[in-house]
Amino acid sequence: MSDAMAADRPVLEAEHVTRVFDVSRPMLARLMAGEKKRMLRAVDDASFAIRRGTTLSLVGESGCGKSTVARMAVGLYAPSAGAMRFEGCELSAARRDAALRRRMNMIFQDPYASLNPRWRVRDIVAEPIRAFRLARGAAVSERVAELLVQVGLSAADGQKYPHEFSGGQRQRVSIARALASEPEFLVCDEPTSALDVSVQAQILNLMKGLQERLGLTYLFISHNLAVVRHMSERLGVMYLGRIVEMGKAEAIFSKPQHPYTRLLLEAIPDLEMVGRARTPVGGEVPSPIAPPPGCAFHPRCPLAREKCRSVRPETARAGEVEVACHAVAEGWG
Amino acid sequence: MAGGADATLLEVRDLVVEFPTRRGVLRALDGISFSIARGEVLGVVGESGAGKSLTGAAIIGLLEPPGRVVGGEIRLDGQRIDNLPQAAMRKVRGKRIGAIFQDPLTTLNPLLSIGRQLVETIRTHLPLSESEARERAISWLEEVGIPAARQRIDAYPHEFSGGMRQRVVIALALCAEPEMVVADEPTTALDVSIQAQIIALMKRLAAEHGTAVMLVTHDMGVIAETCDRVAVMYAGRIAEIGPVREVVKHPSHPYTSGLMASIPALDRKVARLAQIEGAMPRLTTIPRGCAFNPRCPKAMDVCRQEKPGLRPAGATMAACHLYEVENV
Amino acid sequence: MSGATASPGRLARAWDSDIAWSFRHSPVALVSGFAVLVCFVGAFGCGFLAPHDPFNLASLSLSNSFLPPVPLKGSSWSFVFGTDDQGRDVLSAIMYGTRISLIVGFAAIAMALSLGIALGLLAGYFGGVTDAVLMRAADVQLSFPSLLIALLVDGIVRALLPRGAQNALELYVLIFAIGIARWPQFARTVRGSTLVERGREYVMAARVIGIGPVRIMASHILPNVLGPVLVLATINLGLAILDEATLSFLGLGLPPTQPSLGTLISNGNNFLYSGDWWITVFPGIVLAGMVLAINLLGDWLRDALNPRLR
Repeated sequence: MSDAMAADRPVLEAEHVTRVFDVSRPMLARLMAGEKKRMLRAVDDASFAIRRGTTLSLVGESGCGKSTVARMAVGLYAPSAGAMRFEGCELSAARRDAALRRRMNMIFQDPYASLNPRWRVRDIVAEPIRAFRLARGAAVSERVAELLVQVGLSAADGQKYPHEFSGGQRQRVSIARALASEPEFLVCDEPTSALDVSVQAQILNLMKGLQERLGLTYLFISHNLAVVRHMSERLGVMYLGRIVEMGKAEAIFSKPQHPYTRLLLEAIPDLEMVGRARTPVGGEVPSPIAPPPGCAFHPRCPLAREKCRSVRPETARAGEVEVACHAVAEGWG
Repeated sequence: MAGGADATLLEVRDLVVEFPTRRGVLRALDGISFSIARGEVLGVVGESGAGKSLTGAAIIGLLEPPGRVVGGEIRLDGQRIDNLPQAAMRKVRGKRIGAIFQDPLTTLNPLLSIGRQLVETIRTHLPLSESEARERAISWLEEVGIPAARQRIDAYPHEFSGGMRQRVVIALALCAEPEMVVADEPTTALDVSIQAQIIALMKRLAAEHGTAVMLVTHDMGVIAETCDRVAVMYAGRIAEIGPVREVVKHPSHPYTSGLMASIPALDRKVARLAQIEGAMPRLTTIPRGCAFNPRCPKAMDVCRQEKPGLRPAGATMAACHLYEVENV
Repeated sequence: MSGATASPGRLARAWDSDIAWSFRHSPVALVSGFAVLVCFVGAFGCGFLAPHDPFNLASLSLSNSFLPPVPLKGSSWSFVFGTDDQGRDVLSAIMYGTRISLIVGFAAIAMALSLGIALGLLAGYFGGVTDAVLMRAADVQLSFPSLLIALLVDGIVRALLPRGAQNALELYVLIFAIGIARWPQFARTVRGSTLVERGREYVMAARVIGIGPVRIMASHILPNVLGPVLVLATINLGLAILDEATLSFLGLGLPPTQPSLGTLISNGNNFLYSGDWWITVFPGIVLAGMVLAINLLGDWLRDALNPRLR
């Protein structure tokens, strides 16, 4: 997977990445109550690679670790174990190098929180240009105007403050800002989940158009499988910090293998489901602080056997995709 | 006009809600009319700011000031409820109309055990003794799928997960055996797999108890799966209303068609999603005539002049001038 | 730079802003705003507006001493609020005194504000040990009355200064003491807001492109935490003026050659029982009125900035 030729080298590579958060109470309170440290394993042994000009999506429910992966991918968090490589260069080293750092950027979920409310839009968009000294003087305003037009706003919108825009327009501003550093790789953390559907379509179309035109590579995080299907070449399904199924998006959608992937696809309300009754899968996502032993999905899994309760399934190739499931590996799925 | 004879439970006619602000009066709901039959599930869908939640709030008499009903009427079983005094409305709200909100924590009192809250609600509205009410509470908790209900009845809201809390809220909304429930984005805060459970639960309970449901959500998928009829709202007006299957498969209003086309599908991949250009206007800048006309691909001169009323359009009712000809 | 036709001028926009509107429609804000304005004009225009120069010893005449205020018998229109034991015009003394009180108040709050904002930002942004050390220090200090802290700081600084410099530096010592006494509240408020803002996505967006912590704190977080701090500063301004008055009244503040309102009250107090009440009562009324007005203004500002009450 990682020995590809340099020209065909993945833009971003994660090798057995794990991220643990200390979520215990403050030291004094903890010692007085005699508690142990509480560790949250937000991401557990995740590996993936993103090829240039393509989109890898990570889907999962809240708490599955997908946003943590997104933040690790741009260096906001360092992995507790394993390694991330950007353009073949270890990520924290890549982050220290402005020339490499410039080539990655991020689009956030909440268009109301991702723009500084006290800044004018032109300054928000210009910040990366100034930070990387990509232009100076009047050239900055020209570039800002160009970026605003590129995302479907007008140059005059730079005068305004974020609160003067609707959610969809703000997300356009976020995209303009993300593009301002002339990146090749964008991490998109649920970029449309705060938007209304008709606006979501506009933003998704815009993002796809930009990808084609600028040859961008996306790491796309979402909980919405339909959006993910629309956007991505490859797909990873996460559950409690692990990537349980990963492969070509089309392959997963046409033949989901992991029981959790099947549950997710089954659970999504769909327009095609008019009036159809279905049997929802029971159970809830367990706490990531104390995940179940063995396969973390076993308490909800219809296929679970004794082995699933004790032995953690390794990721293994199953047809076109990779799946971490005993049932799939041993053929009782 | 006498209520009760037909199956209509709730009738809303020409409802107008306004918010006085210092820059003038904003009309947030502009002549909303619809009805809900007994045992029917009506979905109300629309973008944020379209007025869907406001419609629900107006019906249960919980409009946030300075918002107020300035026109039209709301009738429950033929009786007007929009002009009731506060105390009388509170009775209606508990006994005859239940409410479920997006965040279960706004409904549940964190300081009281869920059993206490259920028992109090039951006893306020039904003539039952303390122990009878407690038994009833336990059976409700079992019915909404709380495992080991008898043991957990004395637990506090924070001891439940988000999905379980929403189940408790549903029990709370239904335990007084109301004729109708207004559910405002009841599944939005939940994960998809939990969402499916809650939807199935609400649907089953409404059917079993013959409760009418007004389900307010922005998620067309939820509506498609749960509702009998759906009202599509746009800029404070109803754009289209009709049976769910018809609205989804054969939308009449150009806004509805655009909305349906813009939803990415799970079962196929398209190169580009259909999109409606522009955004829904803010309340301060609603255009003259049809509110959708600046974004409408089929806009005519009349659309810029006259506000269209709801009229039959195929199997649904649509507020669109395109269907005028058929009407004449 | 700006399309003059498209957007109205800065002034017009400010007049039309929610804050200005709320000010114009709040009787409390209008009245207290007017009172504060009168105090400011009187204090900072005292050179032109005061009928006499209370510090010009040549113009003082003992024959004018203990004149009562105007409607009373023996009063003179030249000394509306009467005169003190040295024949000094009470009104003029109040105007000069108010100026000193305001200067001390503003400077002390400016100091407390900068210290509090800087430490609060650091504690909130970096968290961990920095946060623990700074906030425990603030907690300890907050558990004592601020006046006690000011007294302590004042005493220590005086002891450290050479005797000769004491009188000349008295004003600065006082400002320093009150400023030190009042920083923890600002630091706590700023830290709280910083904790919230630090987790916001716009801060993460800045971190992703490699903006350093100092820049993030100064240009991203600071403008967003300033609102509640300004409210606190307004209310604290009144309290700082009171601190100064109390210290001066106790004789620890400014000397009689540089009288603030507190010094005037303290001075006049000596004559209260001999019936010459105006020497102490008028400065007292001005002090109380000014502090009240500033506090009411702060209250209004808090309500006006609170989006939930709008």
